[in-house]
Amino acid sequence: MSTFSRGRVIVLALVVAGLTTLSAQAPRPSASATRPTVPPGPGLGVPATEALVASWDVSIPPDGSGLPAGSGTVAQGAQIFNTKCIACHGPEGAGTVNDKLAGGQGTLTSPAPVKTIGSYWPYATTLFDYVRRAMPYPAPHSLSDPEVYALVAYLLNLNGIIPQDAVMNATTLPQVQMPNRAGFERAYPSRAR
Amino acid sequence: MRRVQVVAGNGLLHRRLFLKESAGLAGLALLRATPAAAAQSQDVPAYMKAPGQGMRPYGERSPYESAVQRLVVPVTGTTGSGSSRTPLEHIEGIITPSSLHFERHHSGVPDIPPADHRLLIHGLVDRPLTFDLAALSRYPLVSRVHFVECSGNSTALYAAEPLQATAGSLHGMVSCSEWTGVPLGTLLAEAGVKPAGRWLLAEGADAAAMSRSIPLEKALDDALIAIYQNGERLRPENGYPMRLLLPGWEGNTNVKWLRRLKVVAEPVMTKDETSKYTDSLPTGKALQFTFPMGVKSVITSPSGGSTMQGRGLYQISGLAWSGAGRIRRVDVSADGGATWGQAAIEGPVHAKALTRFRMAWRWDGGPVVLASRAADDTGAVQPTRRALIAERGTPFRYHYHAIQSWSVAASGEVRNVYV
Repeated sequence: MSTFSRGRVIVLALVVAGLTTLSAQAPRPSASATRPTVPPGPGLGVPATEALVASWDVSIPPDGSGLPAGSGTVAQGAQIFNTKCIACHGPEGAGTVNDKLAGGQGTLTSPAPVKTIGSYWPYATTLFDYVRRAMPYPAPHSLSDPEVYALVAYLLNLNGIIPQDAVMNATTLPQVQMPNRAGFERAYPSRAR
Repeated sequence: MRRVQVVAGNGLLHRRLFLKESAGLAGLALLRATPAAAAQSQDVPAYMKAPGQGMRPYGERSPYESAVQRLVVPVTGTTGSGSSRTPLEHIEGIITPSSLHFERHHSGVPDIPPADHRLLIHGLVDRPLTFDLAALSRYPLVSRVHFVECSGNSTALYAAEPLQATAGSLHGMVSCSEWTGVPLGTLLAEAGVKPAGRWLLAEGADAAAMSRSIPLEKALDDALIAIYQNGERLRPENGYPMRLLLPGWEGNTNVKWLRRLKVVAEPVMTKDETSKYTDSLPTGKALQFTFPMGVKSVITSPSGGSTMQGRGLYQISGLAWSGAGRIRRVDVSADGGATWGQAAIEGPVHAKALTRFRMAWRWDGGPVVLASRAADDTGAVQPTRRALIAERGTPFRYHYHAIQSWSVAASGEVRNVYV
């Protein structure tokens, strides 16, 4: 304790006791360089149950953690696509009023790159994540997990990334190597642009 | 009477003309003679002959201003997806009226009863927690003036030929508000971020469940969970009941209707940080996580699409901003960039906020090209369009922040031009 003054020790004790109004008059407790000090709050956060977290956490990172059970095939996906997706994305994902989903490989160095799942998307897991949370546009969250796997299988097959007989599930999807996987450079951290 | 000092070509006048040297105006022969004599009978308009309308619990603008509207640009074939743009040429000062704040939605504006809404913080934390609006309202709040700009703002200027449109149509996906909210660091400290946590996945409660990965460094720097906009609760189209505010960073990272923050070690690689909002380079590679918006300015008066009302003294007015800090200086040219004069900057100048600049200008009726060039307190200077495109190539679609030029013809017509 020889490095602390008696006064500072008392102040720190008071801060710990909750008398935070005094902290502004006292030397701040040391903070790590990467974690700046923040204003204290009243501590009103309500503990979240595991069930709540599990039911809300729909994001799927590249390693596939969090992918649900179930599986889907290319043929199943074609049926769903031709019923629920074709109006906006066109036959075989050729694009109509909304994004073209297939083709475009080899165009990224041209003056007008054609960005599709096959030519541009770096991770197959993103496809599952996005379709499940946001598609089809008029009725998100209306597809079952196996239906999402099937659509993902169909779209990857349309782009020539997986074979016709491939099955997508929590094991196979993260193993899919996307053609443009190495096509991105991180600008962060960077200057403003 | 003081001399009016010309500071750059085609009639740009010293920035203090309107501020300190109003006597100089007489030298410009602008003062008009007052009518020689009062009318014989009293000229009383109808609205002075009876009491006016009573008080009302929530105000509306004058009906005579109803033509000032956002320009709504939906994505074809959808409702609720697309953008609306702030009519920059019709507003003044630095605060955008909430009703005119630009919009960019990915699947419409959700109707969220606040009692139903919670923000979940989980992932690499000691204590997963939820916060509702009532709880957040009891936290220590801070108010800050910041712009929000869509990273696709001004993208039309990448086109080979200049599109003829107004300042707002071209550049109106930027707006500025006083945002009030809880510093995000306070909530993260309460949840207890584990050492492995380096990023946050932020997710909205809209039908797109719009999501982006955000560096923890930014969250602990100046991020807010905003719950008020210009003094009242957020507008639905701006994220009611709560949104993420990341000052200076591209608009879509400021996730609206914020429902979930997951502390993670690495980016989740969502659709909107891989297939969208990434910047293609001529090499075929693309830049990812290009977060801060570059230093930028635009003259809003006169604006493209307008017509000058005769020769004489004008005040050029415009907006400058930078995602890196404060605007330090704005220069204005009336000769297409050959000569520049320093504009007056109105204070207080907030960091990462719209900043108003003004410049006195005497138009002699001849053809001129007006332009503005901003610099921020990091030393960054707004580039020319030519330099920006030379650096990036043409597949780049986002983060356009080059100098905007307006030509003024002898007819008074103001047009968007490339110099």
